[in-house]
Amino acid sequence: MNESLLRELVPAVIGVLVRRGADFASAEDAVQEALIRALETWPDDPPRDPKGWLVTVAWRRFLDAARAEASRRGRELAVEVEPPAGPVPDTDDTLRLYFLCAHPTLSPGSAVALTLRAVGGLTTRQIATAHLVPEATMAQRISRAKRRIAGLRLDQPGDLATVLRVLYLVFNEGYGGDVDLAAEAIRLTRHLAALTDEPEVVGLLALMLLHHARRASRTGPGGRLVPLAEQDRSCWDTELITEGVMILQVALARDRLGEYQAQAAIAALHADARSAGETDWVQIVEWYDELLLLTGNPVVRLNRAVAAGEADGPQAGLAALADVDPGLPRYTAVAAYLHERAGDLSRAAELYAEASRAATSVPERDHLTRETARVRQLLRP
Amino acid sequence: MKYLLLKHYRGGPTPAADHPPMDQWTPEEVDAHIRFMRDFAARLETTGEFVDGQALAPEGTFVRYDGEGRPPVTDGPFAETKDLIAGWMVIDVESWDRAVALAGELSAAPGAGGEPIHEWLEVRPFLSEQSTVAE
Repeated sequence: MNESLLRELVPAVIGVLVRRGADFASAEDAVQEALIRALETWPDDPPRDPKGWLVTVAWRRFLDAARAEASRRGRELAVEVEPPAGPVPDTDDTLRLYFLCAHPTLSPGSAVALTLRAVGGLTTRQIATAHLVPEATMAQRISRAKRRIAGLRLDQPGDLATVLRVLYLVFNEGYGGDVDLAAEAIRLTRHLAALTDEPEVVGLLALMLLHHARRASRTGPGGRLVPLAEQDRSCWDTELITEGVMILQVALARDRLGEYQAQAAIAALHADARSAGETDWVQIVEWYDELLLLTGNPVVRLNRAVAAGEADGPQAGLAALADVDPGLPRYTAVAAYLHERAGDLSRAAELYAEASRAATSVPERDHLTRETARVRQLLRP
Repeated sequence: MKYLLLKHYRGGPTPAADHPPMDQWTPEEVDAHIRFMRDFAARLETTGEFVDGQALAPEGTFVRYDGEGRPPVTDGPFAETKDLIAGWMVIDVESWDRAVALAGELSAAPGAGGEPIHEWLEVRPFLSEQSTVAE
């Protein structure tokens, strides 16, 4: 059986339990247990009605846990044992789950973990493996997050911006363990886009698709990082690019620009260029200006300096860099690149070396170390 | 973000407190110290921040490659090395500030007389295996 099909059912099943009177935390636990049970038994004995199976098993688990809890406290069971009948609005329930799991009171790490479990239908073990922490630690992180949001009522819409931020965080976590988190983030964003009517959701989806389309070309042998300009563009997934560009155009036509649409527009301009040399840097700089107006984000200012360097030459890039906070990650790497393009190789080598020492990831450090070596070699007589 | 907390029993900056070495503590003081470490790890597990931790035997041996087909060269153990790492803990936390706060707490482990030993802990960020997708 298809595991992702099973996972798609998870939010809806949680919704059913909550509607029957379970609190979110207990419902989510019960569905997680049913999910693990399904992963064990379905391969040999697939049910005819997978969702019905999950609801039945999860509801039974929930009742057992609720009974145990009630008797521990010497109380009556608070929920009706017989589930109420009636039609059910699935869409709103799932949307509410997205909001709940990305609630602004949660730290980003907790929101990511909870979203992956309750909306994504991943097991605690899978989430723990993807984040390289013990399963017990991840289980505690999730139950703390659930305690934090216990008692929150979500009868009004939550903050979509925090949901999008969490999904983008998941996307940027890439591969981990046996779960492709980037693909998972795309699946969840696609689902969210179907539940809402908000151009920024589509913008984020487009951005993810356009980045994802380049994934194969982004790393070389041994996980080596390949910069955009050197990527083999024949490896780019043209189907994903076509889809990303198409949905982005529809979103942009609604004239409600937001940061994800603007970022996707930049990604689309890169995807559009048949070679690095054909990139429309002038337009990219314009989009960065838009993005800066929208967000005021200092990282945008840094990226804009790179684009300005390509559009108007390295001196223009260095001039733009003068307005950027030197404390930003990647600032030194950008400065190194611009100095190299401006012909100041010895300054570039120093800056590349400094940037490699400050890198926060192994691929980035290795890349910058190679850049340092490359420029030093050019300097040798 | 993951951080390594390295417990420098010796070899960090100048010690803040002049406490007797562990082998001169009473058994109760040793137990109290170990309990503190275990409780600290257990608490971090409940906050969802614990990754791993180990204590290390004080004596180690240096080993290096000595050419094809030759056994590795060893040196030591040295009884009184300048630097002595007593153990380490890996945590996964939301911020650098949180990592520093936790290291500060861990450094309050009790020693002789039940007083905090004020041991220096070195906090080192992990390099992540992934670079972010955005270019």
